[in-house]
Amino acid sequence: ESTEIDVDPSRKLLWVLRTELGLTGTKYGCGERECGACTVLVDGRRIFSCDTRMSAVIDREVTTVEGLATGDVLHPVQKAFAEHDALQCGFCTPGLIMGAVSLLERNPEPSVDEIKEGLQRHLCRCGTHVRVIQAVQAAAQEIQEGVR
Amino acid sequence: MTTRREFLKIAGKGIIILYTVDFSELMAQRTFQMRGYPTDFNSYLRVGEDGRVTLFTGKIEMGQGVFTSLPQMLAEELDVPITSIDPVLGDTDLCPWDMGTFGSMSTRFFGPPMRQAAAEARAVLLDLGSERLGVPLEALGTRDGSVHVVDEPSTAVTYADLVQGRRIERTVDGDVAIKPWAEHRVSGKPMYRLDAVQKVTGRAEYTADVRLPGMLYAKVLRPPAHGSRLVSVDVSGAESVEGALVVRDGDLVAVLHELPDVAEEARTLIRAEWETPATGPGSDNIFEHLRANVPEARVVTEGGSLDAGRAEAVTSVDATYHAHYVAHAPMEPHAAVVHIEGDHTTVWASTQTPFPVRRMVAQTLDCPEENVRVITPFVGGGFGGKASNPQIPEAVRLAGITGRPVSLSWTRQEEFFYDGFRPATIVDVSAGVGSDKRVAFWDYANMHGGNRSSDPVYHFPNHRVTSAGGWGGRGPGFHPLAVGAWRGPGANVNHFAMESHMDLLAQAAGMNPLEFRLANLTDERMRRVLERAAEMFGRDWAPAPSGRGYGLALGTDAGTFVATMAEVTVDEARGRVQVERIVCVQDMGEIVNPEGAKIQMEGCLTMGLGYTFTEEIRFDKGAIANENFDSYQLPEFSWLPEIEVDIIDNPELGPQGGGEPAITTVGAVIANAIHDAAGVRMYELPMTPGRVRRAIEAG
Repeated sequence: ESTEIDVDPSRKLLWVLRTELGLTGTKYGCGERECGACTVLVDGRRIFSCDTRMSAVIDREVTTVEGLATGDVLHPVQKAFAEHDALQCGFCTPGLIMGAVSLLERNPEPSVDEIKEGLQRHLCRCGTHVRVIQAVQAAAQEIQEGVR
Repeated sequence: MTTRREFLKIAGKGIIILYTVDFSELMAQRTFQMRGYPTDFNSYLRVGEDGRVTLFTGKIEMGQGVFTSLPQMLAEELDVPITSIDPVLGDTDLCPWDMGTFGSMSTRFFGPPMRQAAAEARAVLLDLGSERLGVPLEALGTRDGSVHVVDEPSTAVTYADLVQGRRIERTVDGDVAIKPWAEHRVSGKPMYRLDAVQKVTGRAEYTADVRLPGMLYAKVLRPPAHGSRLVSVDVSGAESVEGALVVRDGDLVAVLHELPDVAEEARTLIRAEWETPATGPGSDNIFEHLRANVPEARVVTEGGSLDAGRAEAVTSVDATYHAHYVAHAPMEPHAAVVHIEGDHTTVWASTQTPFPVRRMVAQTLDCPEENVRVITPFVGGGFGGKASNPQIPEAVRLAGITGRPVSLSWTRQEEFFYDGFRPATIVDVSAGVGSDKRVAFWDYANMHGGNRSSDPVYHFPNHRVTSAGGWGGRGPGFHPLAVGAWRGPGANVNHFAMESHMDLLAQAAGMNPLEFRLANLTDERMRRVLERAAEMFGRDWAPAPSGRGYGLALGTDAGTFVATMAEVTVDEARGRVQVERIVCVQDMGEIVNPEGAKIQMEGCLTMGLGYTFTEEIRFDKGAIANENFDSYQLPEFSWLPEIEVDIIDNPELGPQGGGEPAITTVGAVIANAIHDAAGVRMYELPMTPGRVRRAIEAG
């Protein structure tokens, strides 16, 4: 979906998403690239939206958690997070999901250590890490099966 | 307080069951004030005309899973599909009064009476079904939202049909029998979270996501240190920002804007001069301060004679354990949205205590509580920290002054600054073993941390446990920072001290940690948990230090018994500890949602690594040095050990706490494993690489 907005180019993407565009799935957790809650994809690559200026995303494709599902059909990563209970309070979840989507695009069959490394910059205070790893493995498998 | 009559007006048609959750047992141990606690009923459920069941409760969902586990219990008892249950949580207009969500008690205390209410509703439906079908009660059963004839299941009538046009109200009197646990089909079986889809799609709403027409985002001027006095302030810089509104109301200086980031930017332009406290303790001398300022101790438990025990002991070990202040650090910072319309005020709050928040709002506005509605969206983590809600009065005042809806969310720095920390704690333990290798005496004193879980699970014939102060004590002269309940309040540090000391005694007795504990343990429930853990861990135990890095710790918390075993490797040059594996077994009575319970255990074990290794508030004279996650490190993916958990089913006991017990053993089990690996005993939490390295260097 393409949209045109007129905002101060020095504003941070996170706040433009949450206010101007009403996309509140992307969260503020720390504001300083320390927690990953604000992770979105820009042209398929993950970035911290809390520290990304609008000037950096002019004419670029930004994917937020709201853009992953197709209608009611969840993205395999979303589905795996739901099915593997890879969430508790859910506040870090959108960022983690975007991080996992990006990880699987770079590395479709990651090992457990590669998953840990790939998600290292995401914090989850509830401690869902075990289930997140299981979910990413399951999503990887489902995506691979879809490809074959 | 909303009256019974007002409630019934809201409730509409259907079968309405009122019931009471009795927290008296719990209250006896707590310092919470119970003003306004209703005795009539404090919860209810409704079977509506459409057959859907609505569960109204003042509990809130902050990740612990009640949004799923309570409907699961209800579905079981009422024989309806879980998908036909709508939980309404933490809305003060719709839900009866509730003191708050904490202490692992939602399922434990709320579950049984709710189940009783469901049994009552089912009995009403069976009566109606009997009348409608012309079949005696004994021949009827319930299933999937219908009453049917047991021998002829096709003769059935749905709950929706039975409820149609009716209005039946009952109050639970406890006479109706609930289903025996052996007949459970839904409850006790694995079940995925009902909030999962909302949370993976970004649709789940949290307080800061609420947006209202004309709303302003507020940022409040903050002092550099607690106890500071504002000397002068120049707000002209902030006022020059287009669209910014600056408010000064006594001590409250804030800037508001339609955009949160612009409000934040404008706040940085406020020039303020502060007088900060000239003296006061800091992290480096906090324990001296606390040692010199101890309130009167009270006895938690005592038995036998310490003097007799000391005379009997062949070896004695004295030690002091320390723990620093720890932050809650939920991923969602505290937030509030306030909308004042005439006499009526609506507040959305990220809180564990919507009803106390309502009172706070009413007091701030000087209005009756009935004029205030508090709505609790999903809460992005609490861990005890959102039982304290200092953001509320600020947001209410600003909404009153500006006449606009106001959204106030803390930054991460504010979240650290205004947290009510897990208290810094000192524990003195003096204990000894007799010639029979049993603990001859146990003299234990907790100062400033709280007494929870300090009653030993072991059989100590001569013992005394005392506790002075705690996480509720904010009096001057004691904690210099605000303190509060932190997941497993008191228990984390008590178990760290108790179970570290048990290892010291095992060493003194020349026994391995497992056999020494078994030798001192008569409680069958705890023995069973420990034996299962040992079986899963699958290692031979040897007297520590064995060089292999195995640790063991037991704990009791919120009615649950837990045994944890861990395996670590220690990088002795750097002092870095990697936990390779954790095994944890719990007896939490009846299990309602096994998957949910295991997830809580895994979460506890993972979160517990933080207070074990890194989490420590650094402060000096009221200033908090930790401003973000770079200086306050939470557990990361790379820290993750292999985690294996198991639960011993003990359904006769009824459900016990599940959200906290496993975290309370983590510090102890790792301390014991470090000792087994490197031969050094760690007496201070967190066990940072620096502290471990220094302990190793000191030999």
